[in-house]
Parts: sequence; structure tokens; C-alpha cells
Amino acid sequence: MTVFLLRRLLQAAAVVLVMSLLVFLGVYAIGDPVEILISPEADQIERERAIKALGLDLPLWQQYLVFLGNALRGDLGRSFVFNEPALRLILDRMPATLELAVGATILALLIGLPLGLYAGLRPHSPVSKGILAGSILGFSLPTFWVGLMLIMVFAVQLGWLPSTGRGETVTVLGMRWSFLTRDGLAHMIMPMVNLSLFKISLIIRLTRAGVRETMLMDYVKFARAKGLSPARITLVHVFKNILIPVVTVVGLEFGGTIAFSVVTESVFAWPGMGKLIIDSINVLDRPVMVAYLMVIVLMFITINLVVDITYSVLDPRVRLEGK
Amino acid sequence: MLGFPGDKMGWCIRAARCAAVLAMSAAAVPEVRAQTLTMGVGAPVTSLDPHYHQLSPNIAVGHMIFSGLTSTDAHARVVPDLAESWQAVDETTWEFRLRRGVRFHNGSALTAEDVAFTLARVPNVPNSPSSYGIYTRPIREVQVVDSHTLRLKTASPYPLMPTDLSLLMILDRETHANATTEGFNAGPMAVGTGPFRMASHRNGDRIEFERNDAYFGAAPAWQRVTYRMITNDAARTAALLAGDVEFIDQVPTSDLAKLRADQRVALSEITGLRLIFLTFDHARTEASPFVTDNDGKPLPKNPLKDVRVRRALSMAVDRGAITDRVMEGAAIPAGQFLPEGSFSYVPELAPTRYDPEGAKRLLAEAGFPQGFRITLHGPNDRYPNDSRIIQAIGQMWTRAGVRTAVEAAPWASFVARAGRQDLSSFLIGWGSSSGEGSNPLRNLTATFDREKGYGASNRGRYSNPEADRVLEAAMRELDDAKREALLQQATRIVFEDVGIMPLHIQKNTWAMRKGLAHAPRADELTRAQDVRPAGAGR
Repeated sequence: MTVFLLRRLLQAAAVVLVMSLLVFLGVYAIGDPVEILISPEADQIERERAIKALGLDLPLWQQYLVFLGNALRGDLGRSFVFNEPALRLILDRMPATLELAVGATILALLIGLPLGLYAGLRPHSPVSKGILAGSILGFSLPTFWVGLMLIMVFAVQLGWLPSTGRGETVTVLGMRWSFLTRDGLAHMIMPMVNLSLFKISLIIRLTRAGVRETMLMDYVKFARAKGLSPARITLVHVFKNILIPVVTVVGLEFGGTIAFSVVTESVFAWPGMGKLIIDSINVLDRPVMVAYLMVIVLMFITINLVVDITYSVLDPRVRLEGK
Repeated sequence: MLGFPGDKMGWCIRAARCAAVLAMSAAAVPEVRAQTLTMGVGAPVTSLDPHYHQLSPNIAVGHMIFSGLTSTDAHARVVPDLAESWQAVDETTWEFRLRRGVRFHNGSALTAEDVAFTLARVPNVPNSPSSYGIYTRPIREVQVVDSHTLRLKTASPYPLMPTDLSLLMILDRETHANATTEGFNAGPMAVGTGPFRMASHRNGDRIEFERNDAYFGAAPAWQRVTYRMITNDAARTAALLAGDVEFIDQVPTSDLAKLRADQRVALSEITGLRLIFLTFDHARTEASPFVTDNDGKPLPKNPLKDVRVRRALSMAVDRGAITDRVMEGAAIPAGQFLPEGSFSYVPELAPTRYDPEGAKRLLAEAGFPQGFRITLHGPNDRYPNDSRIIQAIGQMWTRAGVRTAVEAAPWASFVARAGRQDLSSFLIGWGSSSGEGSNPLRNLTATFDREKGYGASNRGRYSNPEADRVLEAAMRELDDAKREALLQQATRIVFEDVGIMPLHIQKNTWAMRKGLAHAPRADELTRAQDVRPAGAGR
């Protein structure tokens, strides 16, 4: 286990390093942040001052080394736009994104697993066919369109839910959370549903495929022959076996939701990390982009680790030591 | 008690000891509700430090918390603010007299020392990506004559001093001696003399304001204001229709028709100061990178250097069609930098008339009877309908015989190429914040010159010595009437030469719930003090 963890950490460090280099080069290639940030009225002297103030007068490799040196001391640079440490900006926005991602994932599991199980167990019933048809919609409707439709129907026409924003928050552990207040929850519902639609469809399809495959296995036939109740066969034996792909996909999807729920966050003006990164890309705020992607890489590595550990719990045949 | 917002009244209802107060003010409850305003704005405020990043949303919020020596009215004309009056004492000295009895939100009194402190701080804000230092640079010396009089010495005559000072928000020497940008963003340093106090700030999400009851100017109508940033256009409109916000800015042109028809919504609009125009490659006499002959081979000479070609390209564009159909009426065709009524507007300089046949004749005269090929570039995320405008122009030019390809790119990558003179022709915009002609003349069409600081945004590198000479004379002229005549002359020279090709001037549009009234501003700023309940006079 220790060797496994150590190796993972080394991999993580290497990936983060490569990532920072790629982002640095990428942003350098896109354009000049000063052209975007500076007031159009600035004259040539002011432009030169701004370039120097942001450290952009050095050659690229030197800028990169300065950045690496600071990063080793835990300083990922200051945002060009906000003049605040990039890492703090990201961590400030993280709770908003986290609660949305966790909420959407829970919702997806609560809806997707039962529907998928049903569709797998009764593949020919009209209800199952309906569920499958619905999941196609979930896959194929673009998120921004669904988001706007939700707003038009539930906020503008019916007036049941607030259209955008985060609503009231309470501070717990120094971070602001919405899901603990009524108003906050009301604000969360639509973005959460919007984010979870794709995941629900994914889980329905994975579960259904897994169930159909597993039901034909010998051990299921044997269990049935042994006289176990259908409920026990499904919920204990089948269920456990279909969970491995579901856990993998849910884990990766969860990471994706945290990192790139850009569309949902923009449509619902949800002040999370996705909105921060897209705004930063638009103005080429390099320190925030680099810091953000490094945080995300670390997060994905952690999620993968958790997924691997979950495998070994779910399926004793999977061992982490890997000889 | 009238001053309480609705939610505090709710608290009051539950507290028995408020019963008497409640009885007194029960009839006034609707009015109490009306004391709060929630606004949805399209561009995020990046900093509450008024000297850190020069950006329209930051300036708008700056106007709510702070005040300048001067300010500008809805039509961008300079008006007094913290300074009651000013005059040029001699060619190189401006004298400003401060209003008496003005206090900062924390009670500290405003004196000339505070202004001197501010002018010293402005160019020295660390890490500023876009400093206001360009406006303090002409000032050689600041003399505090007495507690409420100040003299600013310049090296040469500088007629724009009162205009420039409207951008510099005055801080308090005692409060802000060691203030950092972070201190402003976090709240404790966001202390000014403006109509609102900052109550809370959530970066990129919202700012809450409370009325400053000690404000020296007209009292704002709102006890509490929530300034929410909703960058997605459709979501901002939806938030207004759903009643989550009562007021939005940057109404997308595609929503205008729908909102005009909506009984619950009122609109306000004003012709702005932002010109959308095309720039040509003036930098090259030989082949220009995106101009070729009809077979795709580079032309030996850059046809865009020929004024007949530029004039033909301008005549080939139907500006009315663009403002009516692409912009859905949210723009007026333009023939110069500024809209009618501005200082230094030239009455006889009308938008070029649409004349495709005349354009063909002029092209033939210039030696291109068969036309040529060109690629027109532009941004696709910067100005309303930017990529659709260049598509329309591409078709119009092609119809006039200049086969045009169109290439739109995100601003971040587009503007870098435009700034390196990589392009042959492109669409770009310019907002003349000062509302007068010297600003675009200096920045857009004056010869690129680092020493003078001229032509910094002259990305096509247009150069006309005659226009430069007249402009420089105007910049030394303290007499307003004489200066206006000189600026008009320079403007005429530039546009008769088609130095840049004006397309249209945008209208700025805001939308609000019925029952609100808004005094729209040509400079696009969205400020809570400009919004009032309808029927309430200023």
C-alpha cells in the first residue's frame, strides 16, 4: 500500500510539472495579456510599465523558472486581474463548486441506479424503453440550452425558483455554503439538476448494461437454484458486481464536474471555479490559469486514488499492491 | 423608520417591542420595499481599488463609493464634483477649489492634502495591469495653497486636465496611507465620499451597498443596493424577467424586440461613445499579408495605401442595413469618431453614402477594374454582433468586386495579431471616454510615436503629418472654442483621407422593471444613483 501511494505521488508531481509547462507555453502562444488587461487609452510608456509590472518583460524560460521557484515555496503567483494570490482566489470559489458537484452526483446516483436496475431487470417492458429513450435526451441535449429552458420555465414562467446566483450562505469551517439554508437550496436546485442530467443518463446505461450481463452469469443461476429471493440476488450479488464500472465513471465524472462545469456555472451565474477559469482564460490571467489547472490535476489524481481503493473494497480480487 | 429595508421590517414584526413603530409605519410598507434595488450587470468588477485597474465596471463602482474632483454628466461633459470650480491661472497652472464640509464615510474631512496624497498614490499602485498613471503624468508639481485650494503645474499647456481628473477617485490621506488593493477588495479600505458605502463584496459574484446619508450631492433613492454580476446575456435577461433583479445593463440586441413588447419591462437607451470601425494596413507600401490578386498571388503594392481604394471600400458598405438588421436598431451609422452633440463633432461629415456602382468605378480608376481579394478580420466575443458585422461587410465588398474572406477570432488572440500589424483589414471599436475628439485623434489616428505617447492604439499605423500638426496645436490650446475648431479640422482631415473607416456608433441599452426610471449614460457606466422610482424627481 505504501509503495503504491508513493508511486502515485511521484506520478502526480511529474504530471503537475508537465502541466504547468504546457499551460505556460499555451498561454504564451494565445496572446499578450497586457493587450487585454490594459486600458485602451494607455500610451506606449504605460504599456511598457504594465509589461514590466506583470513580469512579462523577461524571456519565457526565465518567467517559467521564476514561477517554478515561487511554486516550490507554495506561491502560485498573483492574479493579474485581481492582484490577489491565485491559489486563494481558487480556494475561495471551491465550496460553491464542490457543493454543486456533490449534489449533482448524489442526485445522479439516486435517480440513475434504480432506473438502470429496473431497465436491466425488465428489458422488454415499455417503462424500460421509456427510460432508455429519456436517457438519450439526457445525453444529447446541450447543457446551456437545458439550463436556459429550466430558467425560462421554472423561474420566468412559473416563478417557483430563483433564476440565478447562489442565494443565502452560512459560514462553516471558514467557508460559505449554500446547501444549509432554504434560500441557498432553492438556488441550487436548477444548476444541480442541469449538471446531473448527463450523469443520470450515463449511470442508467451503465447500470442497465451491467445488470443484463450479470444476470446471465453462472453464480446468479446458482443463487437462484439455491432458492435465494430475487431481491437478495439483485441487491446483494448483482448490484455489487455491476458497481465497479459505475464507481469508475462516477469518480471521473465527479472530477470533470468540479473542474469544468463552466457552462452551468455561467448560465446560472454560480460563482464557482468554472466561472473563474473561463473568465481568467478570456483575459489571459495566466497565474490563475496555471494554478487552477495544477489544482485540478492534483484533484484528479486524488479521485483516481480513491476510486482504486474503492475497487479493493468492492471486489476483493482487486489488490492494490500490484506485484 | 421609513429608511428600513423590507427584510428588517420582517424582523421588526416578530419583535414585540417594535409594535408601536410598526403601527406608525404600516401604511408605508410598499415604500419601504422600494428602498432596495438589485442590479444585474454583464461585466465583472475586478477590483474595488479605484486606482488599480482601469476598466468600465470598476469605474462605475468607483463612482458609487468614491468621488473625483470633477465628474462627467450623462453626455460625458465635465461637471463639478469634489471641486466646486477650477480655472487655468496661467498657461501651465490649473487651480481647483474644493467643496467645503465634505466627509469620507468614516467621518474624516476632505482637504486639499487628501487630493495631493491621491495624486501621489495613483501612479504607484503595485502590480497594476492598467494604471491611471497616464492621467497624472502631465502634472509636474502639486501645490497645496490652503486647506481647500490646490494648484497643479504642468510642463506645457494641458487643456484636458479637468477631463482627466474625472477619472481619479479621491482617497483620504489618514485612512489610505498604506492601503493595498487587497485592503480595498476585502472592504475596510473601500471608504470614499461617494453616495454609497460598500457593505460587503463577494469577488465576481456581488457587491452590497448602503446609502451614505452624509453624501454631499443629491441623495440616492435606495437604502440598499445589490450589484450582481451575471455575465451570461440570456441569464441576465431571464433574471430580470423572473424578478430576481430589477435592473440590467448590456441588453443583448437579440432580446430588444421581446423586451420592448413586455408589459412588465421598461427600457432606457442613449447613443453611446463607442465607435465600431475598420482599420486598414497603412504600415506596408509593398505587399500586405491578406491582400492578393484574383488568382491568390500577392500584389506587388498594397492597394490599401491608395485613398481611392479605401473610399471605394467605404462606399461599398451599406451602414443602414448593418445598424437596422444586424444591430437591430441598437446603433446609428457613423461618419466620424463621435455622435452629434459632442464637443468637436463635425456637422458636415455625414456617414458615407452606400454606392456600390460608384465603388466599382473608383476601384477601376485606382487600377483594379477586376477588384482583388482580401481577408477581413475581427473579434467574435468583444462587441455586440461583431462577427456578424464582418460577415455582412464581406458580402458587401464581394458584391462591389473585392472578393472578401472573413475570419473572426476570440479577442485574446485577435488583438495580439492586430497589435503586431499582422493583418490587412480588421474591425475594432473605440470608446472615447472623454467624449471629445482629442481622445480618438491622439490614440487611433495620430502617427505612432512613443515619445509623445501618440498613436498607441493606431494598429494600422495610419500617418498623416497634416492631421498630426493640427492635433498638436489643439493640445496646446486652452481656449475651448479655438480648440474645438482645431479638433474639427483634424477630424475632417482624417476622415476625408479615410484613415479609418467608421461603421456605426453603438447605443447603450438598459432594461428595468416597470416603475423604475433610469438616466442613461453615454459612457456605458451602470450606477445605482442613476436609477430612481419612476415619478420621483431628482
